[in-house]
Amino acid sequence: MNIVICVKQVPDTETKIKVKGGQVDHTETKYVVNPYDEYAIEEGLRIKERLEEGKLTLITTGPERAKDALKSGLAVGADEAIHLVDEAFEGSDPYSTALILSKALEKMDYDIVFCGKQGVDEDHAQVGIILAELLDIPHVSVVTKLEIAEDRKSIVAHREVQGGHEVVEAPLPAIITAQKGLNEPRYASIKGIMAVKKKIIPEWNAEEIGVDKDMAGPGAAKIKFTEVTLPPERVGGNVFDEDPVQDAIKVAHLLRDEAKIL
Amino acid sequence: MSNNVLVVAETQGGALKKISFELIGEGKRIADQMGGRVEAVVLGHEVAGIPEPLGHHGAEKVYVADDPVLANYTAEGYASVLARLVKETEPTLVLIGATTQGKDLAPRLAARLAVGLASDCTGFEVQDGEFYITRPIYAGKATATVTQATKPYMATVRPNIFAPPEPDTSHDAAVENIPADIGDIRANVIDMIKEAGERIELTEAGIIVSGGRGLKAPENFTLIEELAGVLGAAVGASRAAVDAGWKDHSYQVGQTGKVVTPTLYIACGISGAIQHLAGMKTSKYIVAVNKDPDAPIFKVADYGIVGDLFKVVPVLIEEFKKMKAEA
Repeated sequence: MNIVICVKQVPDTETKIKVKGGQVDHTETKYVVNPYDEYAIEEGLRIKERLEEGKLTLITTGPERAKDALKSGLAVGADEAIHLVDEAFEGSDPYSTALILSKALEKMDYDIVFCGKQGVDEDHAQVGIILAELLDIPHVSVVTKLEIAEDRKSIVAHREVQGGHEVVEAPLPAIITAQKGLNEPRYASIKGIMAVKKKIIPEWNAEEIGVDKDMAGPGAAKIKFTEVTLPPERVGGNVFDEDPVQDAIKVAHLLRDEAKIL
Repeated sequence: MSNNVLVVAETQGGALKKISFELIGEGKRIADQMGGRVEAVVLGHEVAGIPEPLGHHGAEKVYVADDPVLANYTAEGYASVLARLVKETEPTLVLIGATTQGKDLAPRLAARLAVGLASDCTGFEVQDGEFYITRPIYAGKATATVTQATKPYMATVRPNIFAPPEPDTSHDAAVENIPADIGDIRANVIDMIKEAGERIELTEAGIIVSGGRGLKAPENFTLIEELAGVLGAAVGASRAAVDAGWKDHSYQVGQTGKVVTPTLYIACGISGAIQHLAGMKTSKYIVAVNKDPDAPIFKVADYGIVGDLFKVVPVLIEEFKKMKAEA
C-alpha cells in the first residue's frame, strides 16, 4: 500500500495576524504543520501498522522553510518525504497548488492520498478535492473514520455531515481529506527526531515534474488576493460583576429589550 | 457569457435550506447590478415542489434535474450535471452555499470547469463588471478581497450572512428540466448514521450556547443543552471541552472547528483563546459567563457576567422561560 500525504506548513494557530501594505505580515510568524495534516499523517501511520505493510511518503510544495513540516512528519514515522520546490511555485492559488501536487503524484505510486481538510491559513479547503479531479480519482472529504477493505482495493469512510455521518464507499486510488476526530496524532519520539537527521529529502523542481512556469505562481492564479485587511476590533460592552443572580436577570432583560433577541 | 447569476439550491429532507434563499437574495442584488437575472438549479429526486418557493424569493428561472440517480448527493454526479449547465447557460457568477455539501461539491465543479473558486465568502461588490469578493482568512483573524481571472466567477457563501428576501407569492420562476447526466460515480454513499434527536447545525444557527472547561465535567453539558433548548439554540463547545472528550469535534467552535456567525452567542465557562475568538467574534451579540474577570472572552462580549456559571445559567434559563411564557 503506497500512502501519500500532502502536507502544508502554516502559521501556528496561536499567531496574531498582522497586516502590512495590504498583505499578511509574516515577519514574526512561527510555522507549524497544518493541524488537519497531522490527522492525515497519523491515519497513514495507522493504516501501515494495521496492514503490517506499506510505504508512507510526504509531499509538500512550499519555500525552503516548508522542509521543517516534512521533517516533523518523518519524525513521527513517515518513510520518505519529497519537497516540491521552485520559485515558479511560490504564490500559487489552490488550483495551481493541486496541479503541482498532481504532477508530482503522476511520477509516484499511490493507492491512497491524504490531505488535511483545509489549511488553517487561507482556509480555501479546496486543494484535496481539486487534486482528486485532476487525477481523475474519487475523493471523500472531512473524514472522521476510515477502513480499508480486506482486498485493499477500496475504502469505507465516514464523513461529517449535518445531522450525523455519511458512510461512503470508494475504490482506490482515492483522496481522503482529514477532519479532526479521525484520530489522535502521536508525538515524535527522541529516536524519531534523531533519525530525521540522517534522512535525505529529495527536491523536485518545476521542470522535473513537468509543470510549465505559466501553470503556477501568481501569473497562473485563477483567484487573486487584491487586499488583506484586519476586521474591526470588537469592543467589549458591559461587564457585570456584582451578584450573579441579579446580573443574569439584568442580562436576560437587556437581550430582550436592547438586543431584541427573543 | 450572460450577466445572470446561477444559484445552486440545496435541499434537505425534501425542503429547501435557508441558505438557498439567502443566495437568491444576494444573487438578485448582484444580477440587478450586472443587468442580468438570478436563476437557480436544483438537483434531486421528486423535487417538483422546490422551484415554486425559489420563484417566490426572486429566481426568474429554475433548472431542475430530477432523477433517482440524484436522490443521494455525490460530488462527482452533481458536478457533472452542473458543469454541463454552466457551460450551456454561461452565467457570470455561480453561488453555492458553504455548507457541508457545498464545500464538497464546489471544488470538484470549479476544477472540472478549470475556473477559480472563492471559498466561504461574506461579501460581493461589483465594479466595472468585475467582482470583488470578501472572505475571511485565518478563521476570521483577517479578511481578504479576491478577484478571479477566469469566468464564470464561482463562490461558496457562508450561511447566515445575507438575509433571505421576503417571499412574493405572485412571482413565479420558469421551470426547465435538464438532463441528469451523472457520468461515472465512484464514491457512493452506502449508509447514513443519524444522530439521536434533531440538531441545529452550528454554522446555520441563529443562537448558539457554548460550554467550555468551566463546566468541570461532561455531564454538566446538560445545563448548556437546557439553556439552548429554551432559546431554540444550537449547542457548541470550546476546543478544551472537545479535547477533554466531553463533546464530539462536530460541536467545536473556533479555528480548528466551526466558524460561526449567529445573532447571539452565549459562551459559558469559556476563557476565550485566540482560536476560539476567531471562530465566533463576528456574532452579532456575544454574552460571556465566566468566573475569571480577566478572561479574554470579556473583551469581545457585549454583555459579560463575572460569576459562577452554575449559578448564572440556571437563572438565565428561568428568565428566558418566563419571557417566553409572557410573549
